[in-house]
Amino acid sequence: MEKLINKYATKLLEAGLVDKDRFLIGGIDDDILWEGLLEVKGLEEIFDKLSINSLLFAKPKEPYGSIINFLSKRVLEENADKIEPKDCETRTFLHDLPVLNNYSTSEAIEVLKERKCVIIDGFGVITYGTVSPEQCFVTLSSVCFSTFVKFFSDYLKLKKENRSDKEMEGVFNFVKNYKGSYPDFKNTLSKDIFENEESVYSAVAKAGKLTVEYGLVDSFFGNVSAFYNGNIYISQTGSSLDELDGYIDACPFDGSTCTGLTASSELSAHMKIASDTDCRTILHGHPLFSVIMSMNCDKNDCENEGSCFKICPEKREISGIPIVPGEVGTGSFGLCNTVPPELKNNNGVIVYGHGVFATGEKDFNEPFKRLLEIENRCMEEYFKLVL
Amino acid sequence: MNGWHGKILHINLTKKESSIERPDHELYYKFIGGKGLSGYYLRKCATKEIDSDGMAILFFTGPLVGTTSPSPGRINITSISPLTGTIGDTSVGGKFGSELKKTGFDGIVITGKSDELCGIEIIDEKVSFKACDEARDLKISEVLKKLSWQGSVAAVGPSAFNGVLYSNIMIDGHYAAGRNGLGFICGIKNLKYLAVKGSKKTSIADKTELKKAREDILRLVSASPVLMGDAGISKFGTGALFDLISSRRMIPTMNFKETSFEDPEKMNAFSYQKEFGVKHAGCQGCHVRCKKIAKDGRPLPEYETMSHFSALLLNRDKESVVNANFICNEYGMDTISAAATLACHSELTGEILKPETITNLLKDIGEGTCSERLLSKGSYRYAKEKGKKDLSITVKKQELPAYDPRGAYGMALSYATSTRGGCHLRAYPVSHEILRKPVATDRFSFSGKARIIKIAEDVNAMADSLTICKFFLFAASLEEYSKIYSAVTGDKKSAQDLLDCGERIFYNDRVINSLNGFSKEEDDLPVRFFKEQGSSGNNINVPPIDREDFLEARSKYYKVRGLSSEGMPTKEKVKELGLVWKN
Ligand code: SF4
Ligand SMILES: [Zn+2]
Repeated sequence: MEKLINKYATKLLEAGLVDKDRFLIGGIDDDILWEGLLEVKGLEEIFDKLSINSLLFAKPKEPYGSIINFLSKRVLEENADKIEPKDCETRTFLHDLPVLNNYSTSEAIEVLKERKCVIIDGFGVITYGTVSPEQCFVTLSSVCFSTFVKFFSDYLKLKKENRSDKEMEGVFNFVKNYKGSYPDFKNTLSKDIFENEESVYSAVAKAGKLTVEYGLVDSFFGNVSAFYNGNIYISQTGSSLDELDGYIDACPFDGSTCTGLTASSELSAHMKIASDTDCRTILHGHPLFSVIMSMNCDKNDCENEGSCFKICPEKREISGIPIVPGEVGTGSFGLCNTVPPELKNNNGVIVYGHGVFATGEKDFNEPFKRLLEIENRCMEEYFKLVL
Repeated sequence: MNGWHGKILHINLTKKESSIERPDHELYYKFIGGKGLSGYYLRKCATKEIDSDGMAILFFTGPLVGTTSPSPGRINITSISPLTGTIGDTSVGGKFGSELKKTGFDGIVITGKSDELCGIEIIDEKVSFKACDEARDLKISEVLKKLSWQGSVAAVGPSAFNGVLYSNIMIDGHYAAGRNGLGFICGIKNLKYLAVKGSKKTSIADKTELKKAREDILRLVSASPVLMGDAGISKFGTGALFDLISSRRMIPTMNFKETSFEDPEKMNAFSYQKEFGVKHAGCQGCHVRCKKIAKDGRPLPEYETMSHFSALLLNRDKESVVNANFICNEYGMDTISAAATLACHSELTGEILKPETITNLLKDIGEGTCSERLLSKGSYRYAKEKGKKDLSITVKKQELPAYDPRGAYGMALSYATSTRGGCHLRAYPVSHEILRKPVATDRFSFSGKARIIKIAEDVNAMADSLTICKFFLFAASLEEYSKIYSAVTGDKKSAQDLLDCGERIFYNDRVINSLNGFSKEEDDLPVRFFKEQGSSGNNINVPPIDREDFLEARSKYYKVRGLSSEGMPTKEKVKELGLVWKN
């Protein structure tokens, strides 16, 4: 447990989610272990009252701190009690983000009895894990990602309608430059990746790592695959893209073994892409501005409003990049039905509120470049619209 | 009431009488249904002899049965296990839960013993008893054929009357209410079958909320590779686990002497489907449909069965595995215990059993004609009589399923603490130790596992009380199911409230077991796992489990669970949880 607490304390810092003196993470088997420099009253009581084994209290770093504060304050002003981001990952896994006015242990406990996190206005965020502190980390990271997406999406919408207010402008001006631009990419990923099985494994792992380094995923999630010798080599479900060594599944195309049981939930989509196109590598990430721009739709009175993530009557695109609906995984609304057809004529596609799939024929330089291009384009478009 | 009907049927087989109880709503809110309510009623007779009139067998559904909740009508069947002496309970699918609920009852408490072999038939609230002496030796499919019942049937095969301590109750022909030998209890009660059919609806407190909560779960199910992925159980059944467990080098082989089985890809779920064809089936209303049926109508084996009838017995003949499964179903025997008992026999005699020997022995055991009489009593009693107790790979006299504990330490601990004897389903650590859900944990470490196992036991006790399918918890969690529960019943409970009920329900098991003489000594693993290593290879080292580490984890578990250092329930905890301390 101590090792895991240390590991995720370090990851919180490395991921740029918190500063050194702004969090406290704890784990328990029979006794509690803490790491962090903050002092927060009553956290032990949360362990007492909830069936959890790890707990995180964090004051997220900028720009997330200001964004979360702004959104939570707005929610409370409207007498509501939760932030409801519309991006796919949040909708699917966190559902919504409950907000409390003040910090009281008992109130926080009541909220955490129902949800994986609570935002305490102006104070911080609490998340927990039931089997590992990794869950604390992942949930906080998702909170930061989804609130970022929500804030920028809301701002865009209000701005277009000339309804943004002074306070929101203030926050926007403060946070807008935090993301900066992405570093240039000079095809630094290896070129001869299909020499043998080892080189494929290594290429998948390296592509994953670079995607994280560039910040093109949230919570380190997304998925990467390459096709070689009748197999698809794909990152495992819930794996951290910066730590893929040992977490890549080789799944035969003919389905003759079920080792893909732990493979990414998008295995079906990757399989179909591979069989429908000539590509041999796929990268899927959740870059912020692609997600934000995918949800920017100007159609009024659409009969599908509220369900755009699963059905959309329009053929949408941004700078020629198609935008399709689709839910995580399989199922009749699954993105495994909407993404592959688009990739027949295109090497990149954006899934509504979710992320980008990019493909390559030779190595991972092509999909990486494409992923980055799409994100840069979306970022540009975004700022064109608001500035 | 919403969710429940508020009626429990009591049947006395000795007197052939029935009566209806209308418990306080509070009882439902506290024990929920399924395992919870069964445990509540079992507690009242827990110390009685299993062949006494007062011993009950309980059939309980949960509040979500009969609604559109994802993972629909399962049922929990409970009594004292003749195999282990512990609480014996099992969750089973098919459509029995849904049909029973439609009769207007939330559950049935059956006590007494019939003087002649009989069946019970319930249509809506009308109960009738049918003498059926001629049916004693009928196999399961023959019972179904004879009855040609329109609703759902729970029946026992010949093994229940031939002294097989691991006899099952079979639902709708091939859904096994397995482990623990509850079929044997029916045998004692002279009960061949229970047939139900009804037309009542379950009323729902808030349909809009239910719809929303249902969508949240369905979205998670679609996102789950284990359930709906290309290699998931929707496509391959639980047999999908075979490749993964093999690749992790934890597939019990040769009576758990080894943990790796040669050429697993030739014996995996894909190869069965290729050889025998496949039709997809499942519990009523479930869209995952994890049950796989061969083209010839025989069910394809589930993971445990497939693995134990092959790797555990060093058998590479798939036809005999399918047939062994079929014979067990027809005679009504638990496949895990049957296969593991034969594996123990094989090691003890030094004879690798031929495919036809396996199937012949099974038939003989089911018929009660096996020359090795004790094989029908499970491997523990058999090996003990032969003076080789250590060759029985059991916990609390129940045979272990197909996950070698040397390859997953949470599993090791949860086998030991399982209140119904060697079982993987009480805490189901496969979820995080193998399937990475909700996230992965280190399978070769006990660190953190005491609390993880305790929490998971509470979760699963709740799943068995709501009578939902545990597979759905690979995708969703009680966070989503609490919304369903609240919408259906109108009793607003959070995930944690449900977990608190789960804790009460699980602790009740410990109370019942302690009253029947169980303590720390029985919360243990076979010595083999502490002394012998598994089959290392492919960069995976499988050493024996460190005994000290195991004991330390177990002590931590007792502390977290609120038991004494001897593993006994405490008066304070019993009071805190609102349970009964002494009769
Ligand atoms: S997943 Fe399988 S066991 Fe579970 S309810 Fe569906 S068909 Fe039944
Ligand atoms: Zn994604």
